[in-house]
Amino acid sequence: MKWNKRKIIDRVMSVLTASCVAIAIIPLLSILYTVTINGISAINLDFLTQIPKPVGEPGGGLGNAIEGTFIVVGIACLIGLPVGILAGVYLSEYGENRFGRIVSFVADVLTGTPSIVAGMFGYTFIVLYFGSFSAIAGGVALSVLMIPIVTRTTEESLRLVPGSIKEASLALGIPKWKTTLYIVINTARSGIITGVLLSIARISGETAPLLFTSFGNMFWANGLDKPISTMPVQIYTYAITPFPEWHAKAWGGALILIILILILNIGVRFVTRKKYGM
Amino acid sequence: MQNKITVENLNAWFGAKHVLHNIDIGIQKNGITAIIGPSGCGKSTFIRCINRMHEVVPKAKASGKVMVDGTDIYDSDIDPVDIRRRIGMVFQKPNPFPTMSIHDNVVAGLKLSGVKDKKKLDHIAEESLKKAALWDEVKNDLNKSGASLSGGQQQRLCIARALAVEPDVILFDEPCSALDPISTSKIEDLMMELKEKYTLVIVTHNMQQAARVSDYTAFFLYGKLVEFGETNQIFKKPKEKSTEDYIIGRFG
Repeated sequence: MKWNKRKIIDRVMSVLTASCVAIAIIPLLSILYTVTINGISAINLDFLTQIPKPVGEPGGGLGNAIEGTFIVVGIACLIGLPVGILAGVYLSEYGENRFGRIVSFVADVLTGTPSIVAGMFGYTFIVLYFGSFSAIAGGVALSVLMIPIVTRTTEESLRLVPGSIKEASLALGIPKWKTTLYIVINTARSGIITGVLLSIARISGETAPLLFTSFGNMFWANGLDKPISTMPVQIYTYAITPFPEWHAKAWGGALILIILILILNIGVRFVTRKKYGM
Repeated sequence: MQNKITVENLNAWFGAKHVLHNIDIGIQKNGITAIIGPSGCGKSTFIRCINRMHEVVPKAKASGKVMVDGTDIYDSDIDPVDIRRRIGMVFQKPNPFPTMSIHDNVVAGLKLSGVKDKKKLDHIAEESLKKAALWDEVKNDLNKSGASLSGGQQQRLCIARALAVEPDVILFDEPCSALDPISTSKIEDLMMELKEKYTLVIVTHNMQQAARVSDYTAFFLYGKLVEFGETNQIFKKPKEKSTEDYIIGRFG
């Protein structure tokens, strides 16, 4: 084979891009490997169903943190999903004006907000106001992260619905609001659900916004207005202690968190498999 | 025969662009009126003014009178939603609702206007599909996606969907331009049957189609109505030079 400049450049670039793929993937695989190796031994039924025990006592688990994560993420969804989805509907269906473009831009900026800022928001407006760390404050902080993601993905999915579908509905004598609610949203639903699941996956692993909102708790949840344990904060709490047995628990918690998020992502794949091949 | 639709001094705009100029026309009850003319002459805009779909496009507006059964549909106390229920529309490209089954596509209009009785919906779905000559082909697949049908079947599904809300006028906006000749002839046969009960208006680029199916033909050019009369007369003895030029294919 004759080597000329063009072929050499082609070969060099192929190798370069392939190595970049490897560099991108190595940390991911390494994290998965390390977390699995270190975490798998900590996981058993007690670990999933018991509350933590004091240092030195064997056993105990993260049951309350798993429960707390579901509660806090649930509160975030109750606030974030209606607001995010309806804001997305507004931007896509009625947002062809200056106000709409500004909201869109702000949502984009908010998507990149450092999550600790969301925590400060929850602390300032909920914790200081009610005078106590609480599950609600944690949920509010997470919903701040969730809303812009859901808004933008909903808007984008709705924009993909062809105008001809809207016209078909309007021409049947279906009013605009019903067309939007039942025809347009229904046509875009797999895109919207994808955005929702991805936003839930994103917020489930957030630690910073929860540190000074939901705080933490070594017992089962005892009210939405009380501090509550969550997986990421519990992992953090265990990880910064000097005790090896708590480190093991932190690894186990990390593994469970990764598995939960993996399940959500698989759920996304499942939902986006189109039912009716459009 | 009395006129089902009487249009007086209709003008339409897209923003500053004046696309229809002073249209006066009377459309007969229970017949097929074809609208012909070169692209961009305002044919589609004209029929979209008859069911107030024109104003759905941002910045589009219309003025003048469109009387349907003696009522001006542009009157300020008329709800365009009611007009569209009475005057159905079939579009150029088949546009069934992609996430709905065949059955749900047909009854979508009724379901969303609050009809819940399942038996009644099933009955109307069957009747409408029969009227649209699609029943025999889909009766075992009513729960399949509307998008799984062929182009011609999808277009008949759209006709069934329009029929289900029981309009008395149906507007066809180049219904066959995306279809093969066999599907086209099925739609044409269907239109011939439907004209017994409904008033049909069809926009078409296909001269033979206009000659085959329509009773009356209107020729539009540059947003103006050039000539309107019985299809025979328009095709055999057009009064205007431009009509003749267009029909024999000298332009357009």
